[in-house]
Amino acid sequence: MSEALGTTETTRDTKTTRNTETVRKYLPGRDALTIYSLLVVVIVASATIPRFASPVTVGFLLLDVIPILMLAMPMALVIISGEIDLSVASTAGLTSAIMGVLYAAGWDIWTVLGICVIVGIVAGAVNGFLITTLGLPSLAVTIGTLALFRGLALVVIGDNAVANFPPGLTKFFTSKIGATGIPTVMIGVLVIIVFFAVLLHFTPFGRGLFALGYSTEAATFVGIRVGHAKFWLFVGTGVVASLVGIYWTLRYSSARSDNATGIELTVIAAVLLGGVSIFGGKGALPGVIAGVLLIGTLNYGLRLAKIPDVALNIVTGSLLVLSVVAPSVFSWAKERARRRRLRSHDPRPRASATTSTTTTSA
Amino acid sequence: MAEQQAPGESVLSLVGAAKSFGPVVALADGTIDIRPGEIHALVGENGAGKSTLVKILAGVHQPDSGDFRVAGELVSFKSPAESKAVGVSVIYQEPTLFPDLTVAENIFIGRQPKGRSGLISRREMRRQARELFARLGVPIDPDRVAEGLSIADQQIIEIAKAISLDAKVLVMDEPTAALSGVEVERLFGVARGLRDKGAGILFISHRFDEVFDLTDRITVMRDGRYISTHDTHTVTIDEIVREMVGRELGALFPKVEAPIGDTVLKVSGLARAGVFSNITFDVKAGEIVALSGLVGAGRTEVARAIFGIDPYDRGTVTLSGRTLAGHSPQAAIAAGIGMVPEDRRKQGLVMDLSVAKNATLTLRKKLARFGLISGKRERAAAEEWSKVLQVKTGSQDYAVSTLSGGNQQKVVIAKWLATEPKLLIVDEPTRGIDVGTKSEVHRLISDLAGRGIAILMISSELPEVLGMADRVLVMHEGRITAELPRSEATAERIMLAATATLEEAAR
Amino acid sequence: MTLSTKPNPAGAGAPARSGAAATDRNASAFSTFVRAREIPVASALVVLVVITAVINSQFLNPQGVKDLLLNATILIIMAAGQSLVIITRNVDLSVGSVLGLVAFGTGSLFNAFPNIPIVVVFLIGMVFGAVLGGINGLLVTAAKVPALVITLGTLYIFRGVLNAWAGGTQYFAGDRPVSFSDLSTETVIGFPIITLIAVFVVVAVAIFMHAVRSGRDLYAIGSDPDAALLFGIPVSRRVLYAFVANGVLTGLAGVLYASRFNSVGATTGDGLELNVVAAAVVGGVAIAGGSGTVYGAAIGALLLTTITSALTAVRVDKFWQQAIVGLLILASIIVDRVASIRRARKLRVSEARDV
Repeated sequence: MSEALGTTETTRDTKTTRNTETVRKYLPGRDALTIYSLLVVVIVASATIPRFASPVTVGFLLLDVIPILMLAMPMALVIISGEIDLSVASTAGLTSAIMGVLYAAGWDIWTVLGICVIVGIVAGAVNGFLITTLGLPSLAVTIGTLALFRGLALVVIGDNAVANFPPGLTKFFTSKIGATGIPTVMIGVLVIIVFFAVLLHFTPFGRGLFALGYSTEAATFVGIRVGHAKFWLFVGTGVVASLVGIYWTLRYSSARSDNATGIELTVIAAVLLGGVSIFGGKGALPGVIAGVLLIGTLNYGLRLAKIPDVALNIVTGSLLVLSVVAPSVFSWAKERARRRRLRSHDPRPRASATTSTTTTSA
Repeated sequence: MAEQQAPGESVLSLVGAAKSFGPVVALADGTIDIRPGEIHALVGENGAGKSTLVKILAGVHQPDSGDFRVAGELVSFKSPAESKAVGVSVIYQEPTLFPDLTVAENIFIGRQPKGRSGLISRREMRRQARELFARLGVPIDPDRVAEGLSIADQQIIEIAKAISLDAKVLVMDEPTAALSGVEVERLFGVARGLRDKGAGILFISHRFDEVFDLTDRITVMRDGRYISTHDTHTVTIDEIVREMVGRELGALFPKVEAPIGDTVLKVSGLARAGVFSNITFDVKAGEIVALSGLVGAGRTEVARAIFGIDPYDRGTVTLSGRTLAGHSPQAAIAAGIGMVPEDRRKQGLVMDLSVAKNATLTLRKKLARFGLISGKRERAAAEEWSKVLQVKTGSQDYAVSTLSGGNQQKVVIAKWLATEPKLLIVDEPTRGIDVGTKSEVHRLISDLAGRGIAILMISSELPEVLGMADRVLVMHEGRITAELPRSEATAERIMLAATATLEEAAR
Repeated sequence: MTLSTKPNPAGAGAPARSGAAATDRNASAFSTFVRAREIPVASALVVLVVITAVINSQFLNPQGVKDLLLNATILIIMAAGQSLVIITRNVDLSVGSVLGLVAFGTGSLFNAFPNIPIVVVFLIGMVFGAVLGGINGLLVTAAKVPALVITLGTLYIFRGVLNAWAGGTQYFAGDRPVSFSDLSTETVIGFPIITLIAVFVVVAVAIFMHAVRSGRDLYAIGSDPDAALLFGIPVSRRVLYAFVANGVLTGLAGVLYASRFNSVGATTGDGLELNVVAAAVVGGVAIAGGSGTVYGAAIGALLLTTITSALTAVRVDKFWQQAIVGLLILASIIVDRVASIRRARKLRVSEARDV
């Protein structure tokens, strides 16, 4: 393959390249597309659904969306680096279970919270170790740990639920900033978002993630410690997952083994919808945030519009499928258009070839 | 120019086929004519478009234009299956076996012999495979899985597969690159046998002795275009080489004499079980040392080990007197080594990232202030080096995939120059690059040596090696078999050292 | 277990059967041993059964065995189907939702047409499954996107459709003809009828994968998809058929589910995909494609269900079950990986000596 490509380079070629580049600049990118869709959905929902455009809505929507939003940040980095983590929701569940059991056993709540974060670190490190040190595929590993961590949550807490967390804490987790309707915890969530955005887009580490998502070999050749980077990425994901477990437990004031079950799907759907390539190496966090909010708003809007909960599964699933199928359809259409152009009115790049076809017989 | 054939006479003919990938023209005029009962050589430098042509014949690529006939009938293959169905069989440069399947099944996949029950008869399949291997004279167990077979064994299985297909046209894309002398002889015997039975064979090789020994006609390609076709016995190697290169060698390789300084790289006793052994050499400041040899001789593996990509079992690598930790590219880079890898698209660049980000990927830590990279500084650094190397791009922000091959290679080199290396390893620096830019890359490398950088160059192109190198090391089967100073390096001596033991085995 | 007498699959490194061994190199024997993953899994199953039986003598009484087989039946069929897909280097995570749809569909069929012939119900269920599998297959092959993502999406969509369709409705065994439920209670020579159906399915699919050309193509595709394309194997079509076949088998499992279990509703089959993938992986079907066997997956399924029953039999908390499934998945992929690293190192060195 490599020999086949990149043979002739002429000024004409560079010029055509430049033209297509200018065109591309004005075409909406994948993440811009998501942001526009989000705006459209918000406007349509505000106009058509009564009670949608209100601080109450903003508050509940954000409270609902926070777990997805938090997890989408490290997940975006993981997928950009060419891996995947299906175990995030189970890690959150395990954290919740341990939190419940320890608190019910009379431990100090702050100690419990500390231990929860450690649980996240350990869970992430287990994934990271298996994936980087043993070189196992992250898909298989995290399907395994998805079952394992959820299973451990069951082992820890069984089918019990722990509810009586300190009222001050649970109240804090549902409180709003003044009259804005914005939950107070959003401040913490913003910190996480900024942390991962800076990490991905403005640090050497982030540059490395793009490189190794595109090709591990290419990353190795510029001295990126691939295993090292991936390991810490999974640890980071584990920590955020444990924070989600804590949030979930305190927001609903209930520690159960099945907390946050299945949200890994929504997280992945949101990340891919936000323009991150499932093949790694491509993506940006603004798009991901828009993807999360798009799914959240759609779900919330549909619920307000009295569309039954069951339809929400279909919406999330369809968005996920759409977000991965759309780029293929898009590039297929582009390729077709290019071929047609080549055949019809732009014979120049192949001028010589056409001449030789017609003149060899002469 | 070519003698034109009436379509009826040839078993396969392709005239004026063009193929481009995006903005890149891989094949501008692919023309070949194969008659029944002949062995036809296709020669050309790397990047001349041979592989693209082969893939068109195989049905892997569909040509954008051109006239393609098999046995006089116009064809347009949509898949390799269609090509195979009309009797075109292809052995690729790189074997394409299924690692999890057995050897026998690899030969017969898709057309396994069936027993009376209509089910696959493994016994029959095994028997036929054994027969094929007996005919080829190789002792390969048909029941073992293909995973872990040596390249040579894999190539033999590909050949067995092609033979068993009884093809009208057999295309062999450098089938001998990894074979030993005996195996090559046997392959030639088989090829002649097929020819005598009326098959048309297209044979692609870089080894002129083979081309002249085996083939009836020779077609030359250059820069994606058909150049000429000759009866083999009417031409000389010199004439063919001139047509392949298209200009005088001297003009191609503007080697500038540079003062040679102290030893920069010292490799002693480097070994990795099963890959290479007892590798000892040094490279001095300002010196270009070429690592030559056949594909698969272990050249790239040695370079990768020096740069720390792969581990090694024994030996030491010293840079300017300091011993390097093994298996750590970080250590190698810190010590002042840069490496321009073999596969630009997979190893050299991150194709989706911008030119600026690619060019500064090696500097990412130096560019950061308080841990944060500033876009302005990044672009400035990238700008500086692209200017020096004259990278042609509309903007530093364009994805590097939009550049041409030559300019991409300059970005890779820029990336390393930015680290101010003492030693630059370049692996096949001009592979897939058109001729104009090729000489630019050569001038660049020569320049760098002039600035006192030690250069270790791996190249499969003999003219490149002969034109550029101050010293040539030749590898064969994981060992260095010759060390030739510039004055003593000739194509014949290098080829001899690269195949020396093969010749002995053949006798 | 009569497994040891079965011929080994060629895909897992065809063993040189006694007479036919020719110029065997060491590597061949070694890789055959390592790749015959079914043997250690089967041994683990035997050990598990023996230990459990020693601790709890009730475990192996006729009723216990019957329950064990009944519980395993549906998972066995689904694992067999899933292994077809995994061998092509894909995966189908939507099978739990597909099973739910078909099972609920079966319930509603009997509800709407109480006198419908059972054979027709089976056919409709399998066609329904085929359509759903076909949707997955088309999306995967047309969009060229990892099957994981597509089937994660259809897992949601199919489940959503089932939710919308079923709402709060549940159909109970009482709504279905006795002869239909009898399939899960009547036995022939000690085996429940639905288990015999499962065994038949496994044997049929195993023969297809072992000795039919298009079955062998699936191994080639999973082993190296690019080489398969280059070779002219119709990769997209084969992968599509693998998904359809998996759909058919899942549909069959769905109908049998309705026969075996009392109620079918909106949550039927929820989360089952995890056990199915686990069964296949534990049974030696490599998640990276190209190797593994259908009966390996079946043994994996039997092992997983036996663990659940064994936990109950030895009175270990049932909550451990899922954690053990997770551990088994991890253990299997680790064992495979370590074996392949060793094999690669050995081969590298031994090839070098040959030179």
